[in-house]
This record gives sequence, C-alpha cells and structure tokens, in this order.
Amino acid sequence: MNSKTPHHSVVDVDNDYIHAGYGLKSWLLTVDHKRIAILYLISITIFFFVGGFFAFLLRLELMTPQGDIVSAETYNKLFTMHGVVMIFFFLIPSIPAVLGNFLVPLMIGAKDLAFPKLNLLSWYVYNIGGIFALYALVNGGVDTGWTFYTPYSSTYSLSNVVPVVIGAFILGFSSILTALNFIVTIHKMRAPGLTWFKLPLFIWASYATSIIIVLGTPVIAITLCLLAFERLMGAGIFDPALGGDPILFQHLFWFYSHPAVYIMVIPSMGVVSEVVTCFARKKIFGYKFMAFAILAIAIFGFLVWGHHMFVSGQSVYASLVFSLLSFAVAIPSAVKVFNWTATLYKGNIEFRTPILYAFGFIGLFTIGGLTGLFLASIATDVHLTDTYFVVAHFHYIMVGGAVMGYLAGIHFWWPKMTGRMYNEAWAKFSALILFVGFNLTFFPQFILGYLGMPRRYYVYPDEFQVLNVLSTAGATILGLGYIIPMIYLVWSLRKEKNVGANPWRATGLEWTTQSPPITHNFETTPVVTSEPYVYQEEANVVG
Amino acid sequence: MASRVDALFYFLCAVSLVFSLIVAIGVAFSAARYRKGSPASRKGALHDYLPIELVWSIVPLMIALFIFAWSTRLFFDMRVPPKNAMEIYVVGKQWMWKIQHPEGNREINELHVPVGRPVKLIMTSQDVIHSFYIPAFRIKQDVLPGRYSEQWFEATTPGEYHLFCAEYCGTSHSGMIGKVIVMEPADYEKWLMSASATGIAMAANGAELFERYGCRTCHRQDSGQRGPALDGLFGKQVKLAGGQTIVADQEYIRESILNPSAKMVEGYAPLMPTYKNQLTHEQVNQLIEYVRSLSPTTAK
Repeated sequence: MNSKTPHHSVVDVDNDYIHAGYGLKSWLLTVDHKRIAILYLISITIFFFVGGFFAFLLRLELMTPQGDIVSAETYNKLFTMHGVVMIFFFLIPSIPAVLGNFLVPLMIGAKDLAFPKLNLLSWYVYNIGGIFALYALVNGGVDTGWTFYTPYSSTYSLSNVVPVVIGAFILGFSSILTALNFIVTIHKMRAPGLTWFKLPLFIWASYATSIIIVLGTPVIAITLCLLAFERLMGAGIFDPALGGDPILFQHLFWFYSHPAVYIMVIPSMGVVSEVVTCFARKKIFGYKFMAFAILAIAIFGFLVWGHHMFVSGQSVYASLVFSLLSFAVAIPSAVKVFNWTATLYKGNIEFRTPILYAFGFIGLFTIGGLTGLFLASIATDVHLTDTYFVVAHFHYIMVGGAVMGYLAGIHFWWPKMTGRMYNEAWAKFSALILFVGFNLTFFPQFILGYLGMPRRYYVYPDEFQVLNVLSTAGATILGLGYIIPMIYLVWSLRKEKNVGANPWRATGLEWTTQSPPITHNFETTPVVTSEPYVYQEEANVVG
Repeated sequence: MASRVDALFYFLCAVSLVFSLIVAIGVAFSAARYRKGSPASRKGALHDYLPIELVWSIVPLMIALFIFAWSTRLFFDMRVPPKNAMEIYVVGKQWMWKIQHPEGNREINELHVPVGRPVKLIMTSQDVIHSFYIPAFRIKQDVLPGRYSEQWFEATTPGEYHLFCAEYCGTSHSGMIGKVIVMEPADYEKWLMSASATGIAMAANGAELFERYGCRTCHRQDSGQRGPALDGLFGKQVKLAGGQTIVADQEYIRESILNPSAKMVEGYAPLMPTYKNQLTHEQVNQLIEYVRSLSPTTAK
C-alpha cells in the first residue's frame, strides 16, 4: 500500500471533494456520495444529541423513587421520544448513511453509488421524516413508547401519535433508498478483479444490512399505516372493542423491529472487522465464516421476532419455535466474537483509538449477546421481560455494540473523510470514559431487572434507588464521553490537511486514494488482484 | 417454581461469565503479548483453521440447545396449572387491578392468597394491554382486552410481595402496582369471612344477574329452539352451526354474552342481543361462575 508523506499531500490540497464546490447550494444539491455522507453526519449527530438530552432527563428523574423534575406524562413522552429518535433517527441510519455512503463506493473502487440522485433524495426524505417527528415533539409529544403497542396507541393515547407515525413512515423510505442503492452498487459497480470473496467485510455487512432494510422496512410502513387508519378512522384491525386483535400489531411491529436490531449492529460488526485487522496488522481470522455469519444473522434475524412476545398471550408452541431460533442466532454471533479474538492472536497490535473502540465493542457486544440468552430462554424471559434487564440488554447491543462500532468507524475513517487527524490523547481518554460510563450506567440495570423493577416506570419502590443512582452517575460520565469527541473532532478541522492517503497503513481501496478523496474518488479505476486484509507478511517480518 | 427459574438464571449467569472471561482473557492476552514491538514470536500465525471454527460453532450450539431444552421444559411446567388450583378473577384497567375471589370477596390492588395452594388467575383487561407481574414468584402474563389469559403460582412463604403492571399502559403505568398478601390457610379463611361486606359468592351474584337480565327466559331446559340450556354445559364440547366444535370454557361463555352471534350453537337462531354495554367485566365473570356452578363436576 502506498502511503503518502505529509509533505506530499500539501501539493494536492484543495482538489478534494470538500473543495469541489462552495456555498450552501453546492452542498444541498450535491450528488456526491461523500458530501451526502457529511450531510447525514450532521443530521444524525443533531438527532443523537436530542435523543441523548431526553435520556439525560430520564436518568435525572430516576435519581429518586418519587417524581420530582417532570410529570408522569412528560416522563412517558421523554422515554418515547428517546426511543423514537435514537432508533429511527440515529441508530438505523448511523453507519449505513454516514460511513456506508462515504465508503461503499470507495471500498469497491467505484466513482459513486449507482443512483446518486436517489442518494440525495434519501437525505431529504430523512429530514422530512425528522421534521414530522420534531413537529409532534414541540406540539406536545407522544407517549406510547417507541413500540406503539395497540390498543393504547390506536385508541387510548391522547398524544400526537399520528404525526410521529407519519414521520417514521416517511423515514422508512430514506432507509429503503439507501439500501437499494447499496445493493445495486455492490452488485454492479465493483472494480475489475474485486470478486465477492475479496470484498472487505464492511461491504458484506453493508450488503446484508441493505437486504434486511429492503425486506423489513415495507412491513413496518404497512403496520404504521394500519395504525394511523385505526386511530383516525377506527378501522378495527387492532382494537378488540372494534373486533380487532392487539397481538397482531405486535407481530407486525416486531417482524420489522427485531431485524432492525441487526440493521443497527451488523454494520458495526463490519467496522470492527476493518479496524481489528488494521491495528493487529493481520488478516481477519476465518474470512468466509465471518461473511457467512453476517448473512446467517441477517436471515435468522427475520425468524425470531416472537421472542418479544413470550408473555403476550401468543401460543406456547409458537414461543417454543421462536425460542429455538433465537438460540440459533446466537451461534453466528459467537463465531464472530471468537474470530475477532483469534485475529488478535499473534498480531502486532498498535493501540490507537479505533481499536480501543473495537475492543469496547467486542466486550460489550459479548455481554449484550450473552444476556440475550436469558431472554431467548422462555422460562427466564417470563420474569425478565419488560424489566430493566431488557433495557440493559438492548443498550449493551445498541449502544455498547452499535454506537461503539460507529465511533470506531468515525475515528478510523475521520482522516480519510477530512484529511485531518484528531488529538489522539483526547480520543483515547474519551474512549475510556465512554467504556466506564457505559458500564456504570447499564450494568446496574441488569440487577434492577432481576430484582423485578419494570421498565417505563416513572416512580418506583425505594429499594431500587441505590442502583438507579449508580446508573444516573454512569449516564453523566457517559454523556461527557459523547461530548468530548464532538469537541476534538470539530477542533481537528482547524488543523493542516496532512494525513496523506493512508495514515494507518491499512489495506482496502479507500486508502489508495488521497485524503480527502477527489470527487470521483480515483484518478484511474483500480484493479484488484489481492485478497482483502493482506497484513500478514508484515506481521511475519516483525516476528 | 421460582427457585427452579432461579436455578436456570444462575446457570445462565455462569455460562455468560465463562464465555465473557474467555473473550476478555483472549483479547487481553493477545493485546498484551502481541502489542506492537513486543518480542513474542508470531511464527505460525493462522488466518483460517476449519477445525477450530467448527469447535466454536458446535460447542456453543450444544450449550444453546441444552439451555433451550431445560428452559422449555420448565416453561411448560410453569404454564400448566394443577387441576386443584383455586381460581381468582383479575380485571385490569387504567390504572388499577380489580380482583374477585369466587367466594365473592373483592379487592383493589391487593391479592390475598393462602400459602401452599396453587392459585390460578383468570385475567382480562377493560381497556389497554396490562401485564400482571409478581417478581418474587417469577411470573408475568399480559392481560389483554377482549380475551382471557391465565397464569398460576403457589406461594410458599407468608408475607407481602410486590405486584406490578409490566406492560406500559399510559400515564400512571408506574402507579398500577399493589401487594400480594400470602397468608396461612387459617388466616386466609378468616380474611375471607371478615371482608364479607362484599362477600356474596360470585356464582350467587351471577345467578342474581341471570334473573335480572332475563337470561332465564330463553336459557332453560324447556325453552325449545330459543336458547341452549346451560345445565351441565361448562367444560363440555359444543357443536357450532358451522360444523366445528368448541369447548364451552370461560372464553366461549364470555364471547357468547358479549357477542352472541359470533359462534352460534348448532340448531339455534341468532336471536340473542349483545350485553356488551350493560355488563361490567366483573359481572361477566360472575355470570361465568354461575354457568359453571350449573355443572357440579367443574364447579369449585
């Protein structure tokens, strides 16, 4: 791999995609996948901090057993909007729309995505969906929980259910457009010689995620439509008073929303594979197993939704099948964790920020995955479901896993996206802060759940207070850990653009072009002859 | 039962701890020993080794199947109530639990039960979905509008235990809580007597409703084609107009009161009006208990 010295890159300053046009219009009408990635980065970061602010208020309220800061109604709206914003407006688009948009064409040696204008449209669609959600928010909010269970959401809630549902419905189209774009691009636009089993695992992950999005999102769109019909016109699909079935809603909802968990975490698995190989200077262990494990998770992910419904009144035989399949999905996840660990073995590990986040991912995803076994097993799920155990479990997957992976990726590709390196000391410090803060926030919640504290409780019995205070203390540290990167990453933009094409000496086509890349990514179309992750000669030399 | 759930829980904790440690030690060991510039030998580094991939696919699979078998077995025991279980009716509404004992005692947000006797809860909701959760007994079951759901437990130690609503149900969800009060059998009998202000047995209440709403006009032995007789009906197979059969249980009787034409008994015309807006959920439950009392073998 060629790595340009800082001296070199001064020469090609200002011919990159950032300087390809000036002014707001050049950004708002851009069809460059890299610029759209930046637009998404700005949008989702705003939503992340909005959702984070809600979480902060929730944790503050939960410091004491009684209600102090907000009313019960406001509390319910806060956890609803925290869930809606974080899941639909941050986690689902996070890695695909930012890193995926930026990297998919670069990693496969293409000039852009297959449909650049659709790509821009997806960003606008995302923001229109976001405006609906924010409209509902400023107009009094919504209090159904992000799960919108009927008949509460369809008949009983007095809050702004319909605007939020419309927002999420519109947002779905932005996911679908991005996913379609990735699928077509990965099929049709790979550089000469870049066969499927030479693809970086980030591309496999983006591909599998796109398939889930394209198959799953229409179902949630239909479900949300039916909910709006029911609420506005009394359609009688879900409300038993009108002859409907409230459990049907849960089936439809989780048919999308369980795979959605994999939409959030599979891209992070892709990022971690790139980061671990680069900083261990070693080829990924079991490349094909890793690729097939991603596909297996994507496929099995569609067959386990009923594990959210073991106490809903669903048939016990259905529960039995869903339980078995949920255990099955644990296997490819375990294989991935073992393979990352094996990749480190006899590597040549350099402790830079991205791999610290990747270590964080591996540890927290492992705990999140293992606690999933408690919930896949029906007998223990009966006790633990709808308690803080579940809250802790999915935050380990979705924050400990997905967000750690996202931050690993942001730090890994930041020099590629901006041409600048952030302050390494601050970055390591905040990775540590995040890890500590995260565990302090969420580990006590496992215990709370086992002790029986139900989720979505505004007031709670006194005996749960100590663990709640610990959790709130952790959340404060965690919040700090999210603010620090904002500062040093933005600060890095003031520095000189001097990282060269490949500051990490990483493999992968995105590192063969300058940082930041030119609008069309490559001067000449790259030709691929080697396998991915050819790091091992170097490791052998050192050994 | 709670201790059996805990045994599985602790086994899962042990499995989780072992796997977490394997991963943590694996990562920490490599990160320390093979840090950049360390002198440790990197000879023989592998990036593909089928046997080990198979080992760490198959071993977790075996463990997962073992847990699945254990858990599912236990779950089936948790689901099926013993034949001799006493039955208590629960109606959930925003935001309280209304409980009715067959003897007629009613209580709100409190459930008195005797120690050492299986208790089966027959639950329905008046509005949204709730969930009846007693953490100490490790049981939880959603309570649905428009149908009955059931769960059972057998308390082993007298005392007071938390009762929570576990399915988010609106503004005062976290206020929909109460107490389960487990008593010695003698104390329980005493409580049943002492709280007798409302202590008319459910079935007797139901009989009174049966007369008041004129149900007897059609539902009697000599009613001819107007309505099926109810004596000895409860728990029996009933042949429906469409040709299927159905067991005349709580669910069916409830539906027949609230939506009479949904499942007509063969040979009868859909003459009966709905009583949906005339009866409360508690009254429907009392009528069910009355119908059951007409079948002495199933009555409690």
